[in-house]
Amino acid sequence: MKYGYYPGCSLGKSAKPYDDSTKAIADQLGMSFEEIDDWNCCGATEYFSLNKTAAYALVARNLALAAKQDSLTDLVAPCSACYLNLRKTDDYMGKYPKIGDLTNESLAAGGLSYEPGSLRVRHLLDVVVEDIGFESISEKVTNPLTNLWVAPYYGCMVVRPEFGDTDPVDAEYPVTMDHLMETLGATVVDFPLKTHCCGGHMTQISSDTAFELIRQLLHNADESNADVIVTICPMCQLNLDAYQTQVNRHFGTNYKIPILYFTQLIGLAMGIPAKKLGVGKEFVSASAALKKIGLEVEEEPAPAGKRKKDDKSLPMPSGRVEG
Amino acid sequence: MPEVPTNGSSSDFRTEVINATPGGENLRICLQCGTCGGSCPSGPDMDYSPRQLFAMIDAGFRDDVLKSNTPWYCVSCYYCTVRCPKEIPITDIMYTLKQMAVKEHLYDDSDAPEWSESFIGFVETYGRSFELGLATRYHLTHSPLSKFSLGPFAIGMVTKNRLAFLPERIEGINQLKAILERAKQLEAEQ
Ligand code: SF4
Ligand code: SF4
Ligand code: SF4
Ligand code: SF4
Repeated sequence: MKYGYYPGCSLGKSAKPYDDSTKAIADQLGMSFEEIDDWNCCGATEYFSLNKTAAYALVARNLALAAKQDSLTDLVAPCSACYLNLRKTDDYMGKYPKIGDLTNESLAAGGLSYEPGSLRVRHLLDVVVEDIGFESISEKVTNPLTNLWVAPYYGCMVVRPEFGDTDPVDAEYPVTMDHLMETLGATVVDFPLKTHCCGGHMTQISSDTAFELIRQLLHNADESNADVIVTICPMCQLNLDAYQTQVNRHFGTNYKIPILYFTQLIGLAMGIPAKKLGVGKEFVSASAALKKIGLEVEEEPAPAGKRKKDDKSLPMPSGRVEG
Repeated sequence: MPEVPTNGSSSDFRTEVINATPGGENLRICLQCGTCGGSCPSGPDMDYSPRQLFAMIDAGFRDDVLKSNTPWYCVSCYYCTVRCPKEIPITDIMYTLKQMAVKEHLYDDSDAPEWSESFIGFVETYGRSFELGLATRYHLTHSPLSKFSLGPFAIGMVTKNRLAFLPERIEGINQLKAILERAKQLEAEQ
């Protein structure tokens, strides 16, 4: 089936592996993604704090562009924050006529308009689980993830708010990704904090708050012996992966849990080469975990760390950053 | 939701918050049950829990509410919103309070509002957000002394090739600017 694709800013760079792996599995699973022409950032959670009318208008430009592109009916977002914003704006424009009017009046200044309800806004996980289904996925599994213990992490924004009448996943204890991982042959651990928040932008504003939330998630996954935490959101991935070292430093802990996207694990189970799936760009190396399923992973160079005391090698001539 | 008899004035703080929030009327029937605070990931670091904040709104503590860090520590996880037995749109109320505080410059700790402004600054100029610019601009203007704490993060992002050096600009940037300008006019007329 053909879907409108709203990648969001993070998938262009910091979450490139999510974009790569999504595209890599799409063909085999019979999904075709058509990117929305000239989409703009959805404003994350920031714009609503400053100016609501502008915030809805910013999101709605994307809805308007998508709705007039090649008779698209479904708009898919892989990022949790993007998904929430698109879905909420579509829902509120219909539910609260005042928001609908103000938003369309704003869009008119750019020659656009959007009729709420003309698109189905969906998260990528929902599309994979509902439209493709476990059965068709299991037929494509050539390299089952046997012995890999995974903690499915849903985060908050995809599972929680009930915008619109169909509610793809349970808000408190969803299991769709759990079943998906089982289908791939992995062992799913019970992960009670699976829908707890990782702190979102708090890593930038109040690291103490964010680090404590990240610590709890890592602890929970570690206690259940997970080899890897699987995510469905670029920001969740970034927070748990890129800040894991700082969290360890902050609390004197030593977690080393790789954070992968669910699309990467689907790809690995379907025998797609790790590199094509962007595996190897994680901060916390996934190679030990992936060895358990018989994979050797080529990694991008690790961040420059402190030179070891007994390191006798000469310093790099230039551009070397001392940690 | 029952008709609530009021003295007819809409100048009290609670009514102001309700009017500015879609579906906000239910704030009048808050049970003070504390489910929201108990579910909140940022709860321990907030000046007041969401429940306390709503009691203060009822009592008309306008300045204390708008100056508190509570709305700014809300990370929009919607836990409270889906659990609230009275279906109060708590997350949206937090957005309303943030917007009021920004309008009136009523916040003690400016980190969160300025982070939002830096973020949106890039979006309004380019149509896309720009992580490297954000990280440096925000950290240099806010905590120049602690900028090294950003070090390992930014360096890691660069060596892992996960950070862009230049912002991307959308083609329809002028169209977007016109839309946002009109939206801001409309918002100001509200
Ligand atoms: S919310 Fe985040 S991921 Fe979504 S478009 Fe904006 S910056 Fe990109
Ligand atoms: S868990 Fe964190 S990153 Fe993920 S959706 Fe929630 S706030 Fe955003
Ligand atoms: S959960 Fe709802 S009813 Fe209970 S205190 Fe919070 S806002 Fe009030
Ligand atoms: S939405 Fe905000 S107030 Fe509600 S639980 Fe989440 S962080 Fe707390």
